[in-house]
Amino acid sequence: MPELKVRKTIESVEDIWHEGGPRADTPYRRAWVMSVIQNPFAGSYASEIQPFMEDLKPLGLQMAKRLIALMGGAENVEGYGKGAIIGSAGEIEHGALWHAPGGYAMREMLGAERSKAIVPSTKKVGGVGARLDVPVTHVTASYVRSHFDSIEVGCNDAPRADEMALILVMTNGARIHNRAGGLEAGEIEGKDGLR
Amino acid sequence: MKAKIRKIAVTVEETLREMGRDISPPTRKAVAVAVIENPFAGRYEDDLSDLMEIGAELGGVLGERCVQALGIKPEDAESYGKSAMVGENGELEHAAAILHPKLGAPLRKAVEKGAALVPSSKKMGSPGQVLDVPLGHKDAAYVRSHFDGIEVTLNDAPRANEIMVAVAVTDSGRPLPRVGGLKAEDAEGVDGLR
Repeated sequence: MPELKVRKTIESVEDIWHEGGPRADTPYRRAWVMSVIQNPFAGSYASEIQPFMEDLKPLGLQMAKRLIALMGGAENVEGYGKGAIIGSAGEIEHGALWHAPGGYAMREMLGAERSKAIVPSTKKVGGVGARLDVPVTHVTASYVRSHFDSIEVGCNDAPRADEMALILVMTNGARIHNRAGGLEAGEIEGKDGLR
Repeated sequence: MKAKIRKIAVTVEETLREMGRDISPPTRKAVAVAVIENPFAGRYEDDLSDLMEIGAELGGVLGERCVQALGIKPEDAESYGKSAMVGENGELEHAAAILHPKLGAPLRKAVEKGAALVPSSKKMGSPGQVLDVPLGHKDAAYVRSHFDGIEVTLNDAPRANEIMVAVAVTDSGRPLPRVGGLKAEDAEGVDGLR
């Protein structure tokens, strides 16, 4: 397997104090990290692609660490998500290789006790500058309605045709003016990853 | 604070490879953007001094956020730029009032020195539009390796009554500079040009 080649890394933090309603003392924080890497399978069909998941593991952990640093520590992380944009010489299946290394990297860093919920994800094949709306849900219980959100990510010069953009995202709590009801974070059982 | 800030986003972009070559150390650009209420949305106001004060506040806040995000000392900043995008109920002059009279001094404090003019751009826009922030060397505008730009976009801003104000700071020039001109190490940094 060829060595993992990262062309660029983008990290971003958004602090939201209000959206027309009462101003919060502590802002709602959304952070994301994107790594733009060479797609080793670009340009031809390969039937054996799973070994690349192993190669992506260290990158996943490195990105999760950066993201947690942006969040000011693991204790501040309440929501997460992941995504991939595959350049046009690749296929959607290449993006699916990110599910395990991306998701488990965040769950490892946050601890098994807290990160019981499946990491929501999305992926697509896209051109340079493509934007991706990455879904976000609560780290312990997927049904916590206040934490459903999404983060738009992208980079004006990526992914090139033979690249993939791999993304991890985190948030520190509920949407800024959450009031749509449903399961609340304070009511979760924290056993099955759902409630 | 005069500025009514709804959100601030800070992004750092690091380039480690280009055209098959390693970039070592990687080039790094940061852009910090604030979304504020436009106090003059929907009406003509002759006196724009409130926006000038807001510009002064944001020059410091956003400059410091960039330097912090890059994890550098202020004196290690190499280039900078500023831009604003005004939501549809405002006017282009609102961007000018924020950017030009007072934003520069606190920004220069945040990046230490800054003899050169801060390159700028401005436009009217709507949520999700892209703002391109120009970049130039902070002490000598003619340093050719540092002419660059960085995009910033927020899917939900600027709303009609808002203004997006961006400041960009780097600790480096372009990834593979080779078009000649004045080099950063040859710059005197006295007159802001060379």
